[in-house]
Amino acid sequence: MSASHERRSYDVVVIGAGGSGLRAAIAAHEAGARTAVVCKSLLGKAHTVMAEGGIAAAMGNLYPEDNWKVHFRDTMRGGKLLNHWRMAELHAKEAPERVWELESWGALFDRTADGLISQRDFGGHRYARLAHVGDRTGLEMIRTLQQRTVSLGIDVLMECTVTDLLRDGDRIAGAFAYWRESGRFVVLEAPAVVLATGGIGKSWKVTSNSWEYTGDGHALALRAGAALLNMEFVQFHPTGMVWPPSVRGILVTESVRGDGGVLRNSEGRRFMFDYIPEFFKAETADSEAEADRWYDDKRNNRRPPELLPRDEVARAINNEIKEGRGSPHGGVFLDIASRRSPDYVRKRLPSMYHQFKELAEVDITAEPMEIGPTCHYVMGGVEVDPDTAASRVPGLYAAGEVAGGMHGANRLGGNSLGDLLVFGKRAGEAAAAHASALGSARPAVADAEVDAAALGALAPFDTEGGENPYSIHHELQEAMQDLVGIIRREHEMQIALKTIHDLSERSKTVSVEGNRQYNPGWNLALDLRNMLLVSEAVALAALERKESRGGHTRDDYPMTDHDFWGKRNVIVEQLPDGGLGIRHQPLPEPPPELAELLEGDH
Amino acid sequence: MSTSAGATGEALAPRELTLRIWRGDAKGGGLVDYTVEAQDGEVVLDVVHRVQATLAGDLAVRWNCKAGKCGSCSAELDGRPRLMCLARLSTFERGVPIVITPLRTFPVIRDLVTDVSFNYRKAEQVPAFQPSADQPVAPFRMAQVDVERSQEMRKCIECWLCQDTCHVIRDHDDNKPAFSGPRFFARYAELDMHPNDGLDRRRLMQEERGLGLCNITKCCTEVCPEGIKITDNAIIPMKERVVDVCYDPVRLLRRRRARG
Repeated sequence: MSASHERRSYDVVVIGAGGSGLRAAIAAHEAGARTAVVCKSLLGKAHTVMAEGGIAAAMGNLYPEDNWKVHFRDTMRGGKLLNHWRMAELHAKEAPERVWELESWGALFDRTADGLISQRDFGGHRYARLAHVGDRTGLEMIRTLQQRTVSLGIDVLMECTVTDLLRDGDRIAGAFAYWRESGRFVVLEAPAVVLATGGIGKSWKVTSNSWEYTGDGHALALRAGAALLNMEFVQFHPTGMVWPPSVRGILVTESVRGDGGVLRNSEGRRFMFDYIPEFFKAETADSEAEADRWYDDKRNNRRPPELLPRDEVARAINNEIKEGRGSPHGGVFLDIASRRSPDYVRKRLPSMYHQFKELAEVDITAEPMEIGPTCHYVMGGVEVDPDTAASRVPGLYAAGEVAGGMHGANRLGGNSLGDLLVFGKRAGEAAAAHASALGSARPAVADAEVDAAALGALAPFDTEGGENPYSIHHELQEAMQDLVGIIRREHEMQIALKTIHDLSERSKTVSVEGNRQYNPGWNLALDLRNMLLVSEAVALAALERKESRGGHTRDDYPMTDHDFWGKRNVIVEQLPDGGLGIRHQPLPEPPPELAELLEGDH
Repeated sequence: MSTSAGATGEALAPRELTLRIWRGDAKGGGLVDYTVEAQDGEVVLDVVHRVQATLAGDLAVRWNCKAGKCGSCSAELDGRPRLMCLARLSTFERGVPIVITPLRTFPVIRDLVTDVSFNYRKAEQVPAFQPSADQPVAPFRMAQVDVERSQEMRKCIECWLCQDTCHVIRDHDDNKPAFSGPRFFARYAELDMHPNDGLDRRRLMQEERGLGLCNITKCCTEVCPEGIKITDNAIIPMKERVVDVCYDPVRLLRRRRARG
């Protein structure tokens, strides 16, 4: 049976063609590896394309006093000190080089008055730091990487979905995939695989994430023997659209606040002043006057509370709505119309202007937006070595959102795009080196594994009159939204786990209509396995961590516990019986010279 | 402060809506009616998804961002090339079925999904950005006013609607090998206008990419969901600039002499 499948052989296979995947592929190719990128959509459509605000990199173009140390400190504090310090260090040090590299490949960022790359303010960043192009930075980034990938002649397998990793013993031997167009299988033989699959948001009902975000990489890693780190930390972006229902969850960029927008409740109050946590008091303005002065004079004024890290803002909005001070459609107001001129708004936020005009018939230069939290990003992910992005499975690497550790308990806006570039490059280089070091001692793909993967992938066609995959997906989204959302409680998460188990059972009898050729129902049935497994990992980890920190808020444990939980990571891994196990692991401590940077007011 | 916000005040009542969707593959197919619940705040893509989830689980359609940023859900709505995620139901006449067909210029794979590999082949042919000798290494110094013309072109989300509507290839398959299409004319123009690009692609555009086949009917500009003025700001300026290299009489004379 397996002999009939198409086979291709590479040194490095990268799964995912967003920012980290493309950057990894470029790096692997440049290191001399025969490289392929596999992606579920067409090239250029990956989630990176939707990133709006910018790439955080301490280039110091506007504030010469900015440097990697300040960026490192901001990142660690934004992550509530649960970040892997080495990842935060590498990211802060290398992000500027990665941005300039994009420029040397043709990217056209917005400029400062003296012709350098302009930098924009964002939540949690001490200085204006985000390289950007209006509010479509992700598009610029993915197009630049895509054009570079194409010009280097790297193989791109578009609309091709990986369903299983193949192993020889415990080493990676390749990946098993199907072409969406034909439904035919393809075996990708490769001793090194880079996971660059992004996030998991499609398991929630209100999300900024697209259909691709089904946690494929997280699930593939778990099943291949890798460990997942701190999966309880899920970022709910404070500002998603809430109305009309069809657009609920679509992202409204943080740049609106970075560029002067403020949050108000139904009473017109700038309520964020009521939610400044002790941890950030020293660096946050406590009056509207000071906050407003900050946009022009950062040296003598403190940051507006609207630009606190995302977890703080999302919780505050959630509370305002809960206490009855929300907007008519269950959000709060985000107002830039009364604070900046229409020209400024159209110039700085063209894509937001367009989005609200087209989808909600709201003119954001004249009226406030209605916004509310939306599931956006997972901080948790595959546990990797910071310098090489290697997981504990030989030959398996992970970079970007699918990797854990970099962002701790909460990611700062703008730190994702830099993460993709810095660790994408490192993963690609390390994967290429791994493949090359093997020489002729390459792992082999076993026919039995291929046959098993093929059987598994075809299972939904064997059942007749079974469950509809769309219905199971819908029920999973409802459960995760209601029971493992922004605010979490023990008994609710236990119900969620039971629901996930029931849905997993039901999903075994899922049936699909039609044939294998470009069949979204079948494709969803296969993605559903990953969503269910990863949702279980999130619920388990969230139940385990009995404190509130960053993107994990427990109603029953509202305090941050520095002495116990502040010193440990929660690890989820697959047990020999196939179930998921959980354990604690000490958080690596930064060396004294870096620890020192984290203390004091600045 | 004001809480009224355009369409946001009133409740949206569900109603029945019929979509008339082309189903089939390369061998053939036809229009099939699907009636589902819908409401005015929704876009066509929402209703297509509802059809998929409840009536036709295998209905093939591409989409990703659902916010007009990725350019995946291109189709022809009542014959007009559009993104389904930006097509609000309130803009269609009530009680009339919405006809959804795949992009006509490209071969059908299945239902609303077409084989757009033509565009990816054209992309492979574009000689990449190459920094000029003046500033070979980033960071570059470039003025905002100088990058803006290229930035307009870089707003392109590669939805291929301009390629789909362009009559040079829409009705003439035989032109495809010799014609890159409006999206790539915008790409070549963007590189040409890049303040720090050091490569001249003008002769290539004229002689091998088919710039001359375009007779500036502006159909591409009309369907662009990003509002890029492809004809006015990319194609016409490039037509003017290729004249300098391809039709300059002094140069022509020199070339002839050089060939001897």
